[in-house]
Amino acid sequence: MRSRKWALLLLIVPFVSVLYPDWYSRLQPELAGIPFFVWYQFAMVVLGVIVTLGVYALEGVRR
Amino acid sequence: MIHGDQLAVFAILFMGVSLAGFWANRWRRADLRTLDQWGLAGRSLGTVINWFLMGGDLYTAYTFIAVPALVFGKGAIGLFAIPYTIIVYPLVYVVMPRLWRVGRHRGHVTPSDYVGDRFDSRLLSVLIAITGIVATIPYIALQMFGIQVVLAQMGVPVELALVIAFLILAFFTYLSGLRAPAMIAFAKDVLIWSTILVAVIYLPIRLGGYGAIFAHVPTKLAILPRASYVPYSTLAFGSALALFLYPHAVTSVLASKDQDVIKRNAAFLPAYSFLLGLIAILGYVAIAAGIHPSKAYGPNSAVPQLFAAMFPGPFTGYAFAAIAIGALVPASVMSIAAANLFSRNLYRELFRPTASANEETNVSKVFSGVVKLGALLFILLVPTTYVINFQLAGGVWILQTLPAVFLSLYLRWLDRWAVAAGWAVGIGLGTYWLVQVHFAASTISLFGLTHDQVYIALAAFIANLIVVIGGSLIARLLGAAGRTRLAEADYEVSVPSGA
Repeated sequence: MRSRKWALLLLIVPFVSVLYPDWYSRLQPELAGIPFFVWYQFAMVVLGVIVTLGVYALEGVRR
Repeated sequence: MIHGDQLAVFAILFMGVSLAGFWANRWRRADLRTLDQWGLAGRSLGTVINWFLMGGDLYTAYTFIAVPALVFGKGAIGLFAIPYTIIVYPLVYVVMPRLWRVGRHRGHVTPSDYVGDRFDSRLLSVLIAITGIVATIPYIALQMFGIQVVLAQMGVPVELALVIAFLILAFFTYLSGLRAPAMIAFAKDVLIWSTILVAVIYLPIRLGGYGAIFAHVPTKLAILPRASYVPYSTLAFGSALALFLYPHAVTSVLASKDQDVIKRNAAFLPAYSFLLGLIAILGYVAIAAGIHPSKAYGPNSAVPQLFAAMFPGPFTGYAFAAIAIGALVPASVMSIAAANLFSRNLYRELFRPTASANEETNVSKVFSGVVKLGALLFILLVPTTYVINFQLAGGVWILQTLPAVFLSLYLRWLDRWAVAAGWAVGIGLGTYWLVQVHFAASTISLFGLTHDQVYIALAAFIANLIVVIGGSLIARLLGAAGRTRLAEADYEVSVPSGA
C-alpha cells in the first residue's frame, strides 16, 4: 500500500483542540447539567481517538 | 475500626489477582534468565495485552487518587489530566515507533541503551539511567501510598498490611518479570472499569443527577479562572512531553511485538483518558456529597471516603481492591524498568562489562526488589508531602532527558556534550525553581518576563533546549564530528527475517 505521510499532519487536530483553555473554560452550554468546560474535554478525547484511527488507516500498513 | 465486610472482599480479590502474577511465569513459557524475556516479556505483546499493560502502567493508582483529590481541593485545574492525556498520543504515534525500531534492531531494553548507542557515549547513557531511576523511585512509593490510603480507610494496621503487599509484589515480579503485570493488568481493568462505571451512574442517582452535583460546585472550581490558563496549558503540555520518557513507559513500548501495536494503542489508549476524566469528576461528586477529608490523608482521602460513605460495604471493598491492584501493575513495571537501567547501564556499563546475560538478569531481578524496598521505606519513614514533592521533581527531571531520547531520533547533528550540558542546565534550573517555590507549586512566574505562571518542567526544558541546540551548532562550527554507533538502517522498518 502507498504510504501517505501527510496524514500525520492531522495529528495536530487533537493537539490544538485542547491547547489553550481560553475558548473552552466556560459554563455554557451545559450538557445534562455538566459545564461546557468538562464535557468539551471529554468530547475531545473521543475526537482524538477518531483522528488517530483515521491517520492510522490513511497512513497505510507498511511492512 | 476495621470494616470487616470491606476487608473480606478486598482480601479475596487482592490475593486472587496476586496469584495470577505468580502464575504468569508459565504464560508463553520461555527462558526467564534473559532480560528480553524477564524484562520485556519476549518483546511479544500484541495490541490487546499491551493495551491493558500500558493502561495499567501509565494510568496509575496514584493518578486515580491524586487527580480527583486535586479537583476536590483546587477545582478545574485538576482536569489538566484530560488534555495531558489527549495530547500525549499524537506524540506517541509519531515518536515511539521510531524508538521501537531502533530498539528492535539493536536489542535495546532501556532508554539508556538507546542513548548510549545513539551518541556513542557512556556518560550520557549513565546520566539518563540515573535520571530514570531517581525519577521512578518516588513514583513507586506513591503507588504504595495509594494502597496505604485505601488500607487506612478500611481501618487495618497500615504498616503491616503494606509490608505484606510489598512482599507479594516483590515476589511475583522477581519470578515472572514483565509477564506478571501484563497478566494482572487484565484483572485490574475489569475491577477498575466496573467500579468507575458504577460510581458515575450510581452516585449521581443518589445525589440527584449531575445538574444537582454541579449546582454544589462553586463556579470558580467548575471552570478555570483566567490566571490558570497558562498553568493549565503548560502543565498539560509539559506532562505529555515527559510521560513517555519515564523508563516504565519505554519498557512497555519496547515489549510490543511490532510497531503497529504502538500505533494502534496510540489510538485506543485514550479510552483510559476518558476513564481518568470520569475519575476526576468524582472530585466534584465528593464536594457535592459533602465529604470531609481525613486529617491524615487530606484531599487524597476524598474518593476513598466518598466510596465508603455511599457504597454498601462489600462494594466499597471491591472498589478499594481495584485501586490497590491498580497500584501493583505500575509498581511492578516501574521496578522492572528501574532495575534494567541499573543492571545494564550502571552495573554492566561501569563495573562488569563482561557480565553474561544471565548475570545481568539476576542483577535486575534482585535490584527490582531493592528499588521497591527503597520505595516502601520511603513511604513508611518519610512524610508523604516529601515523597509527593520528590515525585513532582522527578517529573521536572525526567523531561530534561527529552533531547537525548526523543530529539536525537530526528536531529543527527546533536552533539553529545551539548546534550549533556543541556541536561545539567535543565536539571539545575528546574530544581532551583522548585526550591524557590518550596515545592508548594509546580508553576513559577519567570523573572517577571512572563505575567503568567509556567510549568517549571517546561520552563527548564526550554533552557535545556537552547543549550542543546546552541551547543550543537557551535560544536559543528568547530568541526566536531557527531559520534554514533547507529547506522541509517537502524531507524528503518525491519526487513523480514532471512533477508
